[in-house]
Amino acid sequence: MQIARALITRLITTLVTLLGAAVIVFVVIRVVPGNPIAMMLPPGATDADIDRLKALYGLDKSILEQFWIWIGNVVQGDFGMSITLRQPVYDLVIGRLPATLELSILALLIAVFLGGAAALTATLYRGTKIEGGIDVAGGVALSLPDFLWGLALILVLGVLWPLFHISGRVSPSLGFEFGSNFYLFEALARLQFNVVGDLIAHMLMPALALAIPLAAIILQLLKQSLKECMHDDYITLARTKGYSESSIILRDALPNAILPTLTLIGVQFTFLIGGTVIIERLFSYEGLGNMAIDAVINRDLPLIQGIVLVFALLFTLVNLVVDMTYAALNPRLRHA
Amino acid sequence: MSFLSIRDLNVSLANGAPLLRRVSLDVAAGEVRALVGESGAGKSMIGKAVLGILPRAAKVTGGSIQLDGEDLETLSPKARRQRIGARVALIPQDPLTALNPSRRVGPQITDRLVDILGWKRAEAEARALELLEEVHIQAPDRVMKAYPHELSGGMRQRILIASAFAAEPKLIIADEPTTALDVTVQKQILKLIREMQQRHGTALLFVTHDLGVVSKIAQSLTVLYAGKVIEETDIKAFFAGPSHAYSRALLAATPKYTDPDGSLTPVPDSVIQAVEAEIAAFDAGQMGTVRA
Repeated sequence: MQIARALITRLITTLVTLLGAAVIVFVVIRVVPGNPIAMMLPPGATDADIDRLKALYGLDKSILEQFWIWIGNVVQGDFGMSITLRQPVYDLVIGRLPATLELSILALLIAVFLGGAAALTATLYRGTKIEGGIDVAGGVALSLPDFLWGLALILVLGVLWPLFHISGRVSPSLGFEFGSNFYLFEALARLQFNVVGDLIAHMLMPALALAIPLAAIILQLLKQSLKECMHDDYITLARTKGYSESSIILRDALPNAILPTLTLIGVQFTFLIGGTVIIERLFSYEGLGNMAIDAVINRDLPLIQGIVLVFALLFTLVNLVVDMTYAALNPRLRHA
Repeated sequence: MSFLSIRDLNVSLANGAPLLRRVSLDVAAGEVRALVGESGAGKSMIGKAVLGILPRAAKVTGGSIQLDGEDLETLSPKARRQRIGARVALIPQDPLTALNPSRRVGPQITDRLVDILGWKRAEAEARALELLEEVHIQAPDRVMKAYPHELSGGMRQRILIASAFAAEPKLIIADEPTTALDVTVQKQILKLIREMQQRHGTALLFVTHDLGVVSKIAQSLTVLYAGKVIEETDIKAFFAGPSHAYSRALLAATPKYTDPDGSLTPVPDSVIQAVEAEIAAFDAGQMGTVRA
């Protein structure tokens, strides 16, 4: 009963958030200078040509009217046609979404693994040179934005020491036929490990570029929380029972220290998904973000709207998952 | 033959400031020894040094700690940890913070038995249930599944006592176990510790600043000032009349339940000055021995 009510509340807030995002993007892309008509017509088009095209795309109507038509269609599942690609927005977005999801999730996993391992190691060796070294590495990782890490990785692992592919998502030379757009997931499920290897060789650098700054943030917060926990009385009591430092950190400190980090990962994961826009461009990775940049350059209004809605939906879902995990991990919140 | 034997134990901070000054102390098997002193006298430090849980800034700089004839300082850190886990237990000061908030109570009692002493889980759980009944907890099977935040402070201290006795240790160090509790609960907990100690024949090192508590539980007593043993005696002799002026002043400063309206007698400045002079003289003597 309580859970049902919480879910309904959550659903309503999600809808309101999505509507807000829809309104903002709809208005903003119509208010900023530049419009799709100007991008489509050759130089020297007459005013009459412009008016004809505007009427064709409904751009002669008021913003309110346009919004009403669009939102009415969206509710029925019709996101319109892309102006430049001349395909349904829905198909385009759904086609590209798996690529971005796979990249973001891989980046998140790398970040959690790197940041978590570094924080645990630093806690185990606190007060020694190892902790100092990890702190310095974390500071460096945090001081550069993801796209600069991307460029640095391309230089080192793509050019100087070409271990990985610097562009694309999969080598066409493999000639592998995918049945879905979740390439990595599908290749894993079908146990095609050479394909998995090729996909990873394409995804690793963009994923690392996205993961490194997030790993540093996770490291700093988790290390701080762990350090505070290590002064708690139940840690001291566990020591008197005969447990080693490493098992105390993993079993007693980590579950208590992880909650703030979890919230942070949720927030930062949405930033990471935002970061895919530039990173996908940098690595010519065929994802949603790369398509978003093209859509903005071409003022492809329906496509921009569709992509932004999907991103907004993704963000609210991530927050929902974080809240649920939080309740699952913290016994004090469970009965509240 | 004493079970715990501390000889000339020195503990200092990294900057050399002494926390314990050549402390020697014995606890015989089954004996209850109280360790009293003001805040900062170093009474908790002794227990921490034995248990190997000194704060990072503090280090043992001399002396020996023998457990059942075995010098703890000669053991590897791992062997030392496991020896302590098997034979010594701690009843902590604050039951509200000494249980891990994200773990159920049951595993926090059984973990030492299973992970360190190699018991089977079912045996350890049966033992935990038995102990919870022994510390007068109703519905022990339900309490085993509870999280600490669902239980009161008194309940949690009972659980910690049960946990301390779980592995039948030879020695329990109780670090002001009633200080954080309500006065009414204090009395019950004290009675419980006494009762458990007698039933299991465990030696007890009872750290407290409350001389009223000492008279109820201990057979012998060590008075500490500024990390130095001032007086070591048995309870009867102490309450009949302590030999050291500081101990006498400390005893006089204890509020009397028979005279609740009586004004408190602080330890006089002259006594403090005398004992400080004694400490200074001791330190000077230490310097001499170091130079020689």
